[in-house]
Amino acid sequence: MSTILIFEQVLNGLQFGIMLFLMAAGLTLIFGVMGLINLAHGSLYMVGAFAAAWVAGATGSFVFALIAALAAAAAAGALVEIVVIRRLYRAAHLDQVLATFALILIFSEGTRWVFGSFPLFLDIPETLSGPVTLPGGIEYPRYRLTLIGIGIAVALGLWWLTARTRIGIQIRAGENDREMIAALGVDISKLYTLVFALGAALAGLAGALVGAIQSVQVGMGEPVLILAFVVIVIGGIGSIRGAFIGALLVGLTDTLGGIFLPEVFKLFMETGAATQTGSALASMAVYILMSAVLIWRPTGLFGARG
Amino acid sequence: MIAERWITLLTLAGFLAIPLWALAVDEPFTITLATRAAILALAAVGLNIALGIGGMVSLGHAAFFGLGGYAMGILAFHAQSFQPLDLGLFTIEGTKSMPVIWLTAIAVSALAAWLIGLLSLRTTGVYFIMITLAFGQMFFYFAISWGTYGGEDGLSIYVRNSFPGLNTLVPIQFFAICFVALCAALFFQWRLRASPFGLALNAARQSEARVATVGLSPKRLKLLAFVISGAITGLAGALFADLNRFVSPTMFSWQLSGELIILIIIGGVGRLAGPVIGAALFVALEHWLGGLTDFWHVWLGLILLLIVLFARGGIVGLLTGKAGPHV
Repeated sequence: MSTILIFEQVLNGLQFGIMLFLMAAGLTLIFGVMGLINLAHGSLYMVGAFAAAWVAGATGSFVFALIAALAAAAAAGALVEIVVIRRLYRAAHLDQVLATFALILIFSEGTRWVFGSFPLFLDIPETLSGPVTLPGGIEYPRYRLTLIGIGIAVALGLWWLTARTRIGIQIRAGENDREMIAALGVDISKLYTLVFALGAALAGLAGALVGAIQSVQVGMGEPVLILAFVVIVIGGIGSIRGAFIGALLVGLTDTLGGIFLPEVFKLFMETGAATQTGSALASMAVYILMSAVLIWRPTGLFGARG
Repeated sequence: MIAERWITLLTLAGFLAIPLWALAVDEPFTITLATRAAILALAAVGLNIALGIGGMVSLGHAAFFGLGGYAMGILAFHAQSFQPLDLGLFTIEGTKSMPVIWLTAIAVSALAAWLIGLLSLRTTGVYFIMITLAFGQMFFYFAISWGTYGGEDGLSIYVRNSFPGLNTLVPIQFFAICFVALCAALFFQWRLRASPFGLALNAARQSEARVATVGLSPKRLKLLAFVISGAITGLAGALFADLNRFVSPTMFSWQLSGELIILIIIGGVGRLAGPVIGAALFVALEHWLGGLTDFWHVWLGLILLLIVLFARGGIVGLLTGKAGPHV
């Protein structure tokens, strides 16, 4: 096991974690501000990926594809918020889970209706394809490195938005006391639609960016959704900082676990059994991590509310 | 408005009438559908004890459903291959006898529910939903990567297991077994709710602090309810595996946990007949809409949305005119 391989896997884990952060940031914002569990967030990820693949196929431009993903996911998010989600803010968590589960069914089957069951493909743009040589002679795909860069830029942008702008102040105030900021003259329903659309746009962006590495197909959102939930629960629901740290932890655990756990078991088991036990444990690793965190801190690493 | 007791009795009568009618006109597939609905209803009755009475929204009950399924799968697999199950310290013979399989399924899922409950009940609210989901996913991935029993492909059992005095291969006889199990579980839940334990549990859902003030431990009440709930869902899993003569990791999937919750909400949370009505409607819709269009999930989704937005309390809530069972 060489240092280069370990370094590559760490970068892969970071890239995966950063993409999870794009999903988790929206989820945690929506829960923090509106108190809503949104299972349909994975569908917005899928909408972004499909919009990007479709526009890239029609125009051939990756930039247009990304813009289309952002726009389509934000529009779908705003529409869903106005038609359905708005009626659920005061409802019990149970009703929210069910209604957004229903939205998943509608989105998934609707997409299958329009685009068919076969996966679409989104190509990595010419300028970003191929490897790049990092210091130390490590070759790493340029596109994946770009993803890490985009994710960090989004994380900084979100920090700036919530900590330094007027909208950010309103969002944070909305988390603490929604009656009070409504009394101060902030249009709370417009703010909610905006936050929901913002979260949706981030999910759509993640879908488009990841869609270029994997195939774009119906149902691609659910595995990511579950992991994004794991992320925000580890980080503490409502905390963007927690989502960032949780996302990196989950991304690294998942990627490194899959590579190294079978190797670790080979130290004291025969090869076949070690591979089986190791990969079984590796696929369970993030969930073990999450339950360990929750047993240790029942509201996550940075969470305050239940 | 109709009293809940009548709704329960009418539902069960209808549940019995449909397969009997199907038997008369020789439509065995309808009997199989009714059996499927009865088993799903049984699983949801289990969840309803945790969710409806105890207020624990578990998104991981597929773990117990799957454990029950694999209890059946593993025991029957060793019986059909004539190799005893080697547990290191001792070996267990496989079996094709339903009562033995059921007891194993109940014991295994109760034990798992005790462990999962012990750890999960440290959290509340959304965190509880998510930690139960995480445990369900652990079982899912474990089953996928466990090659001995088929891994991702699952495990096929060639002949349905046997029950003394009955021929389980005849659809109506297997339906009878499942229907009796469902009625027994409903009777159990009915007695449980009226017992001191059930009353205390009901109170613990509404206010943990008050229950603690009178000297009871809400955690212990909820844990016991979670164990009972898991055991019933586990039994349903064993029956479900026997219905299909097949077990696979999809029995552990989180979509299944979600579906169980859906069944309860369609029917009415905490209602005796809630899961039964929900399961019957779900299976009927699945069959009817699935025959009309390949995209029946869209319509199912729309119906669910309408129920959540406009019919709080589910079907039983609509019929009785009360949103909840607790007056």
